[in-house]
Amino acid sequence: MSETQSDSPLLRIENLEKRFDVDSGFLESLRFRGGRIRRETRAVHAVNNISFDVNRGEAVCVVGESGCGKSTVARMVANLLTPSGGEIHYDGQRIDTLHGKALMPIRSKIQMVFQNPYASLNPRMTIGQSLEEPTKFHNPTLSNGDIRDKITGVMKSVGIDPAWTARYPHELSGGQRQRIAIARALTVDPEFIVADEPISALDVSIQAQVLNLMLQMQEDHGITYLFITHDLSVVEHFGTKVAVLYLGSICEVADTRTLFAAPKHPYTKALLSAVPQLKDDSPNHIRLKGEIPTPIDLPDGCPFQTRCPMANARCRAEKPAAFQQPDGAIVACHAVEEGRSEPGVTLQEAV
Amino acid sequence: MTLLSVRDLTVKFATRNEPVTALHGISFDIAQGERVGVVGESGAGKSITGFALMNLLSKPGFIDSGQILFEGQDVTQMSDRAVRKLRGNRMAMIFQDPMVTLNPVLTIGQQMIETLRAHRRLSYDEARQIALVKLKGVYIPSPEERLDQYPHELSGGMRQRIVIAIALLLDPQLIIADEPTTALDVTIQADIMELLLELCRSNMVGLMLITHDLGVVSQVTERTLVMYAGRIIESGKTRAIINDPQHPYTQGLINALPQQTPPGTRLRQIPGSMPTLSMMPSGCPFNPRCELATDLCRANMPDITQFGEVQVACHEVQRLQADLNTAEAAQ
Ligand SMILES: Nc1ncnc2c1ncn2[C@@H]1O[C@H](COP(=O)(O)OP(=O)(O)OP(=O)(O)O)[C@@H](O)[C@H]1O
Ligand SMILES: Nc1ncnc2c1ncn2[C@@H]1O[C@H](COP(=O)(O)OP(=O)(O)O)[C@@H](O)[C@H]1O
Ligand code: SF4
Ligand code: SF4
Ligand SMILES: [Mg+2]
Ligand SMILES: [Mg+2]
Repeated sequence: MSETQSDSPLLRIENLEKRFDVDSGFLESLRFRGGRIRRETRAVHAVNNISFDVNRGEAVCVVGESGCGKSTVARMVANLLTPSGGEIHYDGQRIDTLHGKALMPIRSKIQMVFQNPYASLNPRMTIGQSLEEPTKFHNPTLSNGDIRDKITGVMKSVGIDPAWTARYPHELSGGQRQRIAIARALTVDPEFIVADEPISALDVSIQAQVLNLMLQMQEDHGITYLFITHDLSVVEHFGTKVAVLYLGSICEVADTRTLFAAPKHPYTKALLSAVPQLKDDSPNHIRLKGEIPTPIDLPDGCPFQTRCPMANARCRAEKPAAFQQPDGAIVACHAVEEGRSEPGVTLQEAV
Repeated sequence: MTLLSVRDLTVKFATRNEPVTALHGISFDIAQGERVGVVGESGAGKSITGFALMNLLSKPGFIDSGQILFEGQDVTQMSDRAVRKLRGNRMAMIFQDPMVTLNPVLTIGQQMIETLRAHRRLSYDEARQIALVKLKGVYIPSPEERLDQYPHELSGGMRQRIVIAIALLLDPQLIIADEPTTALDVTIQADIMELLLELCRSNMVGLMLITHDLGVVSQVTERTLVMYAGRIIESGKTRAIINDPQHPYTQGLINALPQQTPPGTRLRQIPGSMPTLSMMPSGCPFNPRCELATDLCRANMPDITQFGEVQVACHEVQRLQADLNTAEAAQ
């Protein structure tokens, strides 16, 4: 476990699954089917068989539309949620099965920053108290003086005056709060930060402040990121690699540059074309027809089939497997695999 | 022809002490069929502007002074009844949350038909027919079935389309849309924006599009107003503002976008944050965050002046203009 090879991924996610039961009570789960009453629990298929790696020093971005499972993946990686299937390995060690004491060292290595800068800090604690708590917990041997020094250090590194320790969260702006939330994650010297939409609730000028801070932490402390966002301009700027999710499944995983230069999956193409461009007043996005299925009643076959301009009979029957393209991109799509470039029908359908 | 003309509009909020000022005497026009974007960060006063135009400001907020001339009539002087008739009929508003407009216990058809029949003398069947046409106009799949569905049975994007169909029911002259796609995903946002653009163009409907997304403004609007701390600090053709902004705040806002710096490099951030209403700095409200601020900026609020293609409120821009004038005179 200690022989860490620098070329093996820091985080490895393998066939990760998460289902949430939606019918909790016994009566709710009863269904009348085929002339009999049966017990069936319906489940939200939030994450379906997802695999990807995060190498040391990378910033891997997970993108996709609301409800596609981004936060669920993030919470499983941060050990805040137990997967229904699959494995998560960190630095060569399987972590999704760890409990209690065994989890402690991992908890200080992997820290999470949440979207809502209002909810992530306790309103009744001063900034100083909020920062002290995790510092003491993860460094039980430090003296009070050392703890104070450490807190002063992280506050400076996120650009907040250390004299503000006596203030309460409501006295800070959204951007300042989010910087404190990041400072809080940094107090335990993490190697890996899982950030779930850390800047989505912030204004553009403040987003830039927080994103710059995260870039600086990457340079100064060599932090590796799993960064959840729906903002593709942020992905292009910050991400080294991108995983595109749709309804809990991976569509495409590629280096950021490859993905933006040569998107392959029909959903990735539609997503990129939909981003409004600053210097161009002729909207020309790929129009998607059809409805988004619910993650409770996922269709057989490809999850994108109801909106995909390229869908055919095979797509409706068989879920596409992820496979690697010559440029390294990993794509799960029959049309890409078959080299079909035009919307159309397969031979069988035409006959 | 001018559809809407706002003059020196000041909006205040009553507080336990002095009232605080949310809009400081703003003025702007919207021509018939013109699409105008209102941008700025949260708290700039964008929504308050929209609410004031519709006479929808709620309690501690009130219009302190100024005029809102819509088709020549001053909305601020109208009776409640006259304003209510205007609303929905001649002007309509679309909000970020479609459920502000939609009634959860009525079917889509009931809400549309009721709205139509409240304003026009129409039979039930005639109203239903119009509702269907409007639903088709916003590309709702199987519109007949939708009429009998409740809002909760529809997706967020579909609901916002229905809200647009309702806004268009009575053929208004002006639509005020406040962050209509902020809660939606990009692929859905792109569809809705394209739809709004197309409908406003083909029916010559004026649009006031409130958003913080400069990309959306760039794609949909012809003219842009940039707001900061309750003032319009720059306005002009959208292209001019995006390509060559003059006010330091507008420049900062555009430069801070990730697409404006090479991947992986530091973004050009604006230091600090927007002042709150009760802690407005004296002089130019942007001065605590502005690199160019001088003593003049800290003492006096700059007037709005023309610079090239845009109108700007900035002392430094005025100084630059004066220098240019002197240089020109010397030649
Ligand atoms: N505790 C839960 N119980 C039931 N369903 C859940 C639960 N948590 C998440 N889900 C469902 O799982 C799916 C994925 O949710 P998740 O929060 O991961 O989405 P997301 O991609 O982060 O979306 P957003 O962009 O809106 O944050 C959604 O359909 C969601 O409703
Ligand atoms: N009910 C209220 N009482 C006091 N201040 C308010 C109230 N509603 C809004 N404001 C203030 O008015 C300013 C402008 O708000 P708003 O128009 O909603 O901003 P925007 O839409 O540009 O984000 C903000 O500073 C906001 O805090
Ligand atoms: S597998 Fe078929 S439906 Fe799915 S994205 Fe590819 S072409 Fe479209
Ligand atoms: S008036 Fe002064 S402080 Fe205000 S934007 Fe112009 S230069 Fe900056
Ligand atoms: Mg989420
Ligand atoms: Mg607003």
